[in-house]
Amino acid sequence: MLGRTANGLYWMFRYIERAENIARLIDAGLRMALTRSGSSEEDWDGVLQSAGVREDFDAVHATLTSADAIDFLLRDRANPSSVMSCIDSARNNARMVRTALTRETWEATNECWIELKQLLSKRAKPADMPEIIDVIKRRTGLIRGAFHGTMLRDDIYNFSRIGTFIERADNTARILDVKYYVLLPAIAKVGSSLDNKQWESILRSVSAHRSYSWVYDGDYSPANIADFLILNDRMPRSLAYSYDKIVTNLGYLARLYGESHAAHDTASSTMLLLRSRAMEDIMEQGLHEFIEEFIVYNNRLGEEISEGYRFYR
Amino acid sequence: MMNAVSNPRQPYENYHEWYEGQDRARLIAKSKEAENLFRKTGITFAVYGHEDSSEKLIPFDIIPRIISGREWRKLAQGIEQRVIALNAFLDDIYHKQEIIKAGRIPRELIERNEAFLPQMIGFKPPGGVYTHIVGTDIVRTGEDQFYVLEDNARTPSGVSYMLENRETMMQMFPELFHINKVRPVEDYPKLLRQSLASLAPPGCSGKPRVAVLTPGIFNSAYYEHAFLADMMGVELVEGSDLRVVDGKVKMRTTRGYEAIDVLYRRVDDDFLDPLTFRPDSALGIPGIMDVYRAGNITIANAPGTGISDDKAIYSYMPEIVEFYTGRKAMLENVPTWRCSEEDSLKYVLEHLSELVVKEVHGSGGYGMLVGPTASRKECAAFAEKLKARPSNYIAQPTLSLSTVPIMVNKGIAPRHVDLRPYVLVSDKVQIIPGGLTRVALKEGSLVVNSSQGGGTKDTWVLED
Repeated sequence: MLGRTANGLYWMFRYIERAENIARLIDAGLRMALTRSGSSEEDWDGVLQSAGVREDFDAVHATLTSADAIDFLLRDRANPSSVMSCIDSARNNARMVRTALTRETWEATNECWIELKQLLSKRAKPADMPEIIDVIKRRTGLIRGAFHGTMLRDDIYNFSRIGTFIERADNTARILDVKYYVLLPAIAKVGSSLDNKQWESILRSVSAHRSYSWVYDGDYSPANIADFLILNDRMPRSLAYSYDKIVTNLGYLARLYGESHAAHDTASSTMLLLRSRAMEDIMEQGLHEFIEEFIVYNNRLGEEISEGYRFYR
Repeated sequence: MMNAVSNPRQPYENYHEWYEGQDRARLIAKSKEAENLFRKTGITFAVYGHEDSSEKLIPFDIIPRIISGREWRKLAQGIEQRVIALNAFLDDIYHKQEIIKAGRIPRELIERNEAFLPQMIGFKPPGGVYTHIVGTDIVRTGEDQFYVLEDNARTPSGVSYMLENRETMMQMFPELFHINKVRPVEDYPKLLRQSLASLAPPGCSGKPRVAVLTPGIFNSAYYEHAFLADMMGVELVEGSDLRVVDGKVKMRTTRGYEAIDVLYRRVDDDFLDPLTFRPDSALGIPGIMDVYRAGNITIANAPGTGISDDKAIYSYMPEIVEFYTGRKAMLENVPTWRCSEEDSLKYVLEHLSELVVKEVHGSGGYGMLVGPTASRKECAAFAEKLKARPSNYIAQPTLSLSTVPIMVNKGIAPRHVDLRPYVLVSDKVQIIPGGLTRVALKEGSLVVNSSQGGGTKDTWVLED
């Protein structure tokens, strides 16, 4: 496979994953705004930070309003991480690697782009938001379905999966990075309604508010929420789960190509970090430091993969 | 579709009978369905200079253009003769130049032509083949009267539409293929791959590795490049994937560099090798021409083939065909005035309103004047351009092109068409029975180019 093709697949799936995650963040933000009485600017500030585009937003807007924040996250092409920008980039990458994709996967991607381009051609009205979020989730879901149902499990599949999970791990880590303070035991006044809302919002932004209740018997506690998002390897958006998938897919590549790279060591040691630590331990040594360190490793892994598999050179 | 007394022409008889039994509303709905199918698949082309609508669909018409077996055999013979002559001509002008010595073509016309590559002098491409893929543009003006408009010997495009149009027709109207014996076109990718692999360079040991070279996703024909690579089962590469390593052209893969033996390039000569041609080209591969000359890669079509389909050379095609095949050209050339010649220029300026004037190096229907439909003001403005650079233009009479029916809201209506059959050259010449029919969708228009509002339709060659 061409190095450029591996690169295109990796980024195509990173962007699809990112589009979906941004939609999820917007959804959580809207929910927060619905359930609180006062101003919601603070919530949107958090959403923009979790999406990693707070500074980009300030470069375009003098003040923060919820309408502008939503528009910026959803359809502003000046924002490379807006849903529309992500879908544009995903489709461009898909076009570039067209020969590596099944017809079904390509068509699902192309149709996603066609529908969203139409749907997001104008600024969205608040009343249309549920429908828009739903279309984004449905369309990206169809791409995933076509991909899983039709693609051969070869290196093409592995690079796509690695892109998906590096992006997912990054997204979940960012949410924790921005919101870690609501999970700190010292500040958290267990049972206060504000905290409950904040925690629920974190869970919502990774679509885990229902599954959490099942796993932890409806018991909201900062340590459990952090555990779910970081260490629980059955939770599909957790860091541990993502790294499990990354290590597996990198392992297939190593066997197929008969060589391994620095990326393999980095991925394995990061997974080990997630498997060997207990949540109390992490909390004690500093949740924030842990997350920041993780983000650094995750970025490094991305670079090592692009280096090892000759994405650019 | 109809003859002079309003009966369906023989090849259309079965289709016509079927059509009479169809509900018009259903056919119009089918037209819409076809458009959605194309959009979904992403069969689009880019139009340069349109910011907002950078990807367009080429409109597809659901009524096939039908050619009888007899008509086709005649056409195919003429095309084969012409393609053989083109290759002989290229071999000659890059070697002995006998046609110049014989005084049939002026030397400066060849040697001062930008499409003539001195780098190719004395070099014989693998198998002696210059034009691996040709798309001859043909128009019909009467029952048995065909003219060649252009030879397209560089990198003819559109073959993906030939294939997708057929696929779409078979999906939408399977019954039509039971009542008509239509010769298949879907072997094209397989034949193309075999044809390319059979011309591997001397330096290739083992199974030849073929790749398609594209300028990238922003190129107007990118869809076709990806489509062909996919259908052939070969890599689609860009210049940035390739590099010369140990005297071979190699592509950067996830496990290191791997050699390519045959490169079907969809990149113009100018951009092929920044060390030899345009130094600012980011699309090419530095040093590929050295590898080529050393016999370690086949480039299809060969660099320098552009000289053979140059519009200034075109007017000499009857002489060229006769010179190399020893027989009169079976397909006619459109009479052409070379504006570089004083008498011709005078004639052209006096008859602008009757003529089609084209740029010698132009393509895609840009920069041309269609006299009969142009306003007086447009003619006057064009005359100025013509006088400023006469050698940049040729002129041809407007032919009374044949029409075929297309589907419009009110039923069917006649529109002008041309035809581009595709030809593969290796140790043999293979002509795919069918081709791309381009249709001028605007009533009365003669311009069929997709960039100027043209459409396409499926082209049937009947077995008879």
